[in-house]
Amino acid sequence: MDSTVAPVSSTAPAGGWRGLVADWSGDRQAFAVPWGKAMMWIFLISDTFVFGSFLTGYMTVRIATTEPWPNPSEVFALTIGGQTLPLILIAIMTFVLITSSGTMAMAVNCAYRHDRVRCAALLLATALLGASFVGMQAFEWSKLIAEGVRPWGNPMGAAQFGASFFMITGFHGLHVSVGVIYLLTIAAHVLAGRYEARGEGGGKYGNVEIAGLYWHFVDLVWVFIFALFYLW
Amino acid sequence: MDHASRQQHPIGLYLKVWALLFVLSTMSYLVDYFHVQGLLRWGLIVTFMLMKAGLIVAVFMHLRWERPALVCAILLPPLCVLVLVALMVLEGDYIFLTRGAFFGVLP
Repeated sequence: MDSTVAPVSSTAPAGGWRGLVADWSGDRQAFAVPWGKAMMWIFLISDTFVFGSFLTGYMTVRIATTEPWPNPSEVFALTIGGQTLPLILIAIMTFVLITSSGTMAMAVNCAYRHDRVRCAALLLATALLGASFVGMQAFEWSKLIAEGVRPWGNPMGAAQFGASFFMITGFHGLHVSVGVIYLLTIAAHVLAGRYEARGEGGGKYGNVEIAGLYWHFVDLVWVFIFALFYLW
Repeated sequence: MDHASRQQHPIGLYLKVWALLFVLSTMSYLVDYFHVQGLLRWGLIVTFMLMKAGLIVAVFMHLRWERPALVCAILLPPLCVLVLVALMVLEGDYIFLTRGAFFGVLP
């Protein structure tokens, strides 16, 4: 944590945009974490409410519909080598995302040990796993669209299935895609040595941990989607 | 201790949690694979889900090692969603019964 205190001017506080920045960056803190980390947590809490509302909306339309809900176990089954496996693609996607969370956690560890090369390699591995997750999701979407699933109806049952599916997985996929770009940026910064210590304060490798918080959150949301949408 | 050294944990811990998440995911997949139904199914799915979520938040997101001020600020507000869930369960049931009563579409 940067312990330098912002200089307090003896005159009246600045107004306008300068005053707004001064107020938000003032040394009045309740949380003993770096500023960026607290801000990431606030963003993640707001995102929790977004996904919480989506999942609650999905629950509501599923309770309220009088038509039978399509069985996800069958809808998302794949036939591999003549054998039909229920939900197999979703299970693989889950394992890929969990693996990416593991590599991310180790990237944060390497970052704090100033092991630049290993940290960047783990970040790139995380981004690669995330990209393959999005790829599999694109495959899943095109398969369902080819089968006639639309946001306003589908051949298997309740019309609300399509709306819930595209809304929830689409928003999650968007988060993963943004996360991949975010991780690539952070990896480039790590490789370029931009987080190395400059003067006192000891470097800015906390940025890797903050990116990690975002990435683990994306994994966390998938845990809930996997259980409540695909398995329920 | 500065922030960086407070968030240094052995790699072995991450590997153990990772393995545990794999096992829990496999188990929730097997619930579907073996067509477990009824109350046991919902119970198992929710239990595995909460265990996985707890592991990710506590270890991967380092919340176990944060100060209580931050932990409370993060964990308490999302509980408000449960109020919304409770309200929408009642509302959903009401709409379902209304549809049945007025459109005669109940199975």
